Amino acid sequence: MVPTLAGVILLIFFLFRAFGGDPAEILAGQVASAEQIEAIRRELGLDRPWTAQLWIFVRGILAFDFGRSWITREAVSDIFLTRLPATLTITIPIVLLEVFLALPIAMLVAYFRGSLLDRLATALSVGAMSVSFLVYIIVGQYLLAFEWGLFPVQGWGDSAWKNLLTYAPLPVLLAALVSLAPQIRLYRSFFLDETKADYVRTARAKGLSEPAIMAKHVLRNAMIPVLTNVALLLPGVFAGSFLLEIFFSIPGLGREVYLAVNRSDYPVIQAFTVYLAVLTMLVNLAADVLYRLVDPRIQFR
Amino acid sequence: MHALAQPESESAWLSPWRRLRRDRIGMISLGVVLAYFAMILAATLDLVSRDWSREVGVPYASPSFLGRQPNPEASPAEGVPRPGGAPPDLSAVDPLAPKYAEWARRTAELKSGEAERAASLPWGGDRWGRDVLDKAIKGSQVSIAVGVAAALCATLIGTLLGAMAGFHGGRADDLLEWVYNVFTSIPGILLVFALAAVLRSGWLGKVFAEGIWMVVIILAVTGWTGMYRLVRAEYLKHRAREYVRAAEAIGASAASRMFAHILPNVSHVILIQLSLLVVAFIKVEVILSFLGLGVPVDMVSWGTMLAEAQTELVIGKWWQLTAATAFMAVFLTAFSMLTDSLRDALDPRLR
Repeated sequence: MVPTLAGVILLIFFLFRAFGGDPAEILAGQVASAEQIEAIRRELGLDRPWTAQLWIFVRGILAFDFGRSWITREAVSDIFLTRLPATLTITIPIVLLEVFLALPIAMLVAYFRGSLLDRLATALSVGAMSVSFLVYIIVGQYLLAFEWGLFPVQGWGDSAWKNLLTYAPLPVLLAALVSLAPQIRLYRSFFLDETKADYVRTARAKGLSEPAIMAKHVLRNAMIPVLTNVALLLPGVFAGSFLLEIFFSIPGLGREVYLAVNRSDYPVIQAFTVYLAVLTMLVNLAADVLYRLVDPRIQFR
Repeated sequence: MHALAQPESESAWLSPWRRLRRDRIGMISLGVVLAYFAMILAATLDLVSRDWSREVGVPYASPSFLGRQPNPEASPAEGVPRPGGAPPDLSAVDPLAPKYAEWARRTAELKSGEAERAASLPWGGDRWGRDVLDKAIKGSQVSIAVGVAAALCATLIGTLLGAMAGFHGGRADDLLEWVYNVFTSIPGILLVFALAAVLRSGWLGKVFAEGIWMVVIILAVTGWTGMYRLVRAEYLKHRAREYVRAAEAIGASAASRMFAHILPNVSHVILIQLSLLVVAFIKVEVILSFLGLGVPVDMVSWGTMLAEAQTELVIGKWWQLTAATAFMAVFLTAFSMLTDSLRDALDPRLR
């Protein structure tokens, strides 16, 4: 993990240094004298050798102090911590909803494998996946919120409960519905893999009914790949909702990065990239540990 | 194909082709995809949709099949009424007075005619009265070109690095695995955003200010990891096989074994992953262009059409949204199903 983290830091540092614009010129704006640019350059340490600059960068990451946003002058660590709750308020319900909706449907589809229902579900999910997520959001926001008034069109408040119960439902619903189709296809294949196993034949031989086999034996064993898949979904919790945040004006991490890209606000982008990479690594580590608890057969090398 | 001349030994690509021929869904999908490519070719050669940016209709022209519809956005806004009466004579104090006659003469030499604007277009018009159908065709050209070009670039990077890591192993493998871990530990969209920020404000942004190359670079640099993983695994498997050792015994160099011997044997894996990448990249390109981080503003893609469609939908103009969505959905569905059929045809064991 440490070498990877070092690599992420190096990658971001050299990416911005080699290909990015001159920070002093971006900061100084269109009308700035050479002296002003020179002064900013000294302040940022840009006149020093690159090793010294790298050290400034690394120190900033370790101390959780990335300086201030170039545009809003807000401390970057503050931006990060204040935007994280909004993102989690919509992404965690999305993951929960899509897993708990996809599981029973996938089980049903796997149970009726090869039938018309199965093929219909497969064809529907291929078609549904080919329409851009943007279209679902645009049409969903227009119909459900703007035309029919079932949800607020967009917005966000200070109270966590109000956010969760008033503003989050529509984006959560849209995202969960869109990711449902691929999830069902995936879980269906997990269930089908298990139905060929020997223990299923044994269960049939001793006269268990098909629904009982499905619900008791297959479900339990299929949970292992399902859990792996949930672990893969988890990193998306931090940045996967940027489109929803932009459409529904939710002050989350993804929208903040998008705004920073539009304003060339380098410190915000750099800090978010590094910290989200760290968070992702930590979540993956936690998932590995959990995985080991669920299935004792798995050994770490 | 050349194998037709020697019927006794079927070429490696002929039997998959036979299997694909028997797959009805696969053949229909192939037909649709080929039709799209023909359309793109025609658009590239300026045979169709050359004038996609010309304002041929009234603003928000309605689709022809709807017949005449009230279109309040098309009629010019009621401006401030002009003051009546002749303007007061200022020629005594106006310093520009001597020039008026000459300007009037030169104005007369130029012709400015109000272009004839259609009240309705086959699939409606956008805010400036451009034909939505033309835009959708041109948008298909741009979006698919970005997807295919980026997928080819990512395939090139992933295959080269994967082949090196898998074939050589040891130090090279460790180093490349580290690079892979670094790239995959950053959430994909953040890497895309970081690259977009850097490229837009940096010097490369000036080099690639026009055309699709900026998006292609962003997608290729962030999207090569899956291909790398697959190709590396294949090379690990193949490098110890007998045919490779036999090639080594007769003195084939490492490069020759990598690319002349192993590569053809893993090319089906690469081809399938390549087509999966095309679908994925087109989806990302659409989102990037929607956000204004994709193709430049003077180009049209499915994403920029959707960006316009969002505001149009609120005033009830749904044609641009449906056109972009339909063009995109049909292509991606056909391409995905073709990929599935390709996988079945190329690697029957994978079924």
